[in-house]
Amino acid sequence: MTLSRDKLPRAGGLIVLLALAIAFPWLFSNPAVTNYGVFAMIFVTVASAWNLFSGYSGYISLGHAVFYGSGAYVMGVAAKAWHLEGTAVFELLPLCALAGAVIAVPFGLVALRVRRHTFIVVTIAVFFIFQLMAFNFSFTGGSSGLSSPFLSWTQASFNLSFYDIALACAVGTIVISWLIRRSTFGLRLRAIRDDEDRARGLGVKTMRVKLSAFVISGALTSLIGAVWFYYETQVQPQTGFDPLFDLTVVLMAFLGGYGSVAGPVLGALLIEPGTLWLNSQPQLSGIAEIVLGAVFLAVVLFVPRGIIPAGGEWITKLRTRGKPAVVPAVAMTKESVPAGTPGGEK
Amino acid sequence: MTALLRTDGIRKAYGGVQALDGATLEVAEGKITGLIGPNGSGKTTLFNVITGYEKADAGDIVFRGKTITNQRPDKVFSAGIGRTFQLSRIFPRLSVEENMLVAAQHKRGKHRARARELLEFVGLERHAELPAGSLSYGQRKLLELAYVLIADPAVILLDEPAGGVNPTLINHIADRIRQLNASGTTFLIVEHNMEFVMGLCDSVTVLASGTVAASGPPDAIRTDPRVLDAYLGSDVEDEPASPEEAADAER
Repeated sequence: MTLSRDKLPRAGGLIVLLALAIAFPWLFSNPAVTNYGVFAMIFVTVASAWNLFSGYSGYISLGHAVFYGSGAYVMGVAAKAWHLEGTAVFELLPLCALAGAVIAVPFGLVALRVRRHTFIVVTIAVFFIFQLMAFNFSFTGGSSGLSSPFLSWTQASFNLSFYDIALACAVGTIVISWLIRRSTFGLRLRAIRDDEDRARGLGVKTMRVKLSAFVISGALTSLIGAVWFYYETQVQPQTGFDPLFDLTVVLMAFLGGYGSVAGPVLGALLIEPGTLWLNSQPQLSGIAEIVLGAVFLAVVLFVPRGIIPAGGEWITKLRTRGKPAVVPAVAMTKESVPAGTPGGEK
Repeated sequence: MTALLRTDGIRKAYGGVQALDGATLEVAEGKITGLIGPNGSGKTTLFNVITGYEKADAGDIVFRGKTITNQRPDKVFSAGIGRTFQLSRIFPRLSVEENMLVAAQHKRGKHRARARELLEFVGLERHAELPAGSLSYGQRKLLELAYVLIADPAVILLDEPAGGVNPTLINHIADRIRQLNASGTTFLIVEHNMEFVMGLCDSVTVLASGTVAASGPPDAIRTDPRVLDAYLGSDVEDEPASPEEAADAER
């Protein structure tokens, strides 16, 4: 088994990565840079949360902004209603996650009855319903949205604190994603992705499995949506429920490798800072979306399965160069293999 | 011998086509029953109706004395009826071992060891870590059989286990079916390969145009004029003249 031999350096690598992530705002203390860090961590969380449902089950959701925006609005509305101030607002985070979970149940029960493109269309429809509600209800502040309560942090500690919060959310989500991936639950999800009817025929309670993943994913997305709202200090219907949000998240997951744990993380780390940088260049204003679209096209055409799986394959290819390929067709005992069958050693 | 599984006057139509027109058959406990018939005679439809993938318009399915007509596939499976598909339905992006565990999940505990054991039984243990999608056509059939076995079904419905498989592997598959049968598993097998069916089955049922044309031990079926009729008698001209020839043509 090569697994145990690989485990040590892998664990070591993860610790180094985590240490780097924690040290990042101390190494680059410029607020413009730590801002990139906060957004990168927010989107690592979102992309991982999206992936643990869509990546594992194969149901591509383009409606996760529903959770993101709802998380933001729930925090805004609740803080206002209960007159919460300062850091006390963070006590609302579990409530925001719960709101995402509660929304995910009816949303999932409707959307998960259909598959593939129909599912995608239903998620988009639900997304627009939520955006319209944000525009039209009075408690959401209509088109001017909501502002977050004042936070008495200094300019310097503001970004640092939010970076730590977002990093904690990101690490937590990655761990959850990893645990699901290794569990029987994750196996069922991936079986659904490959052949849902067959999985059902083998006793997998498909609706329950899909819905559970959708709820977990929705709760985590709402949680980080609330953090984002407090960091941005405001939310409007078109920023909380942003149609580009889901496209960006899907692109992140596809670029890194959707369905793997590390893929969406890598995708988010590449795309979010890149987009922010493009948007911050006055001479390139408006070009970010074009670049995003072009990257999407390139990913789908050249690395359709994403960087992580493609890279892994490439490394295996390098390692096994010159060695015989995996012996294909032998399902029989050695003596029963007639000479010249494809199962024989080359 | 009692019937473990019985279908009683199953009817199923797709639009104007009557795929099953009162199909009544019995699968004796502990035996291997063959189900043959020309293309379009309703064999796979009958499998689909038994296992809950399609709903019957009329008729009853009785398993172990209980009616299980039109139950959902997962219920039918947990009741003890396993099946494989004509085009094997494995989970291509899961590893071979993970494929085994999809069906094993409601039996926690020692299922990992059992999965290994079954993979060894069908001869796929060396491929346990590979993605199932990289297996050959015949290996997929074996994997599908193995992962159905992990749930210990009382009866297994095999849809063309030998179809498109090389002769050596066919023998391997037949051998494994015999071994399983010897340890108590009942089989209902749809197959066009007559040599395979006649050599393996304790009794054979012939389906034609959605009804049972004949039923009996292989030797009797081989010479039964109604069977010739089933393959010849319709107005389908390109259908071969006898079961044997039908099998040859299939190959």
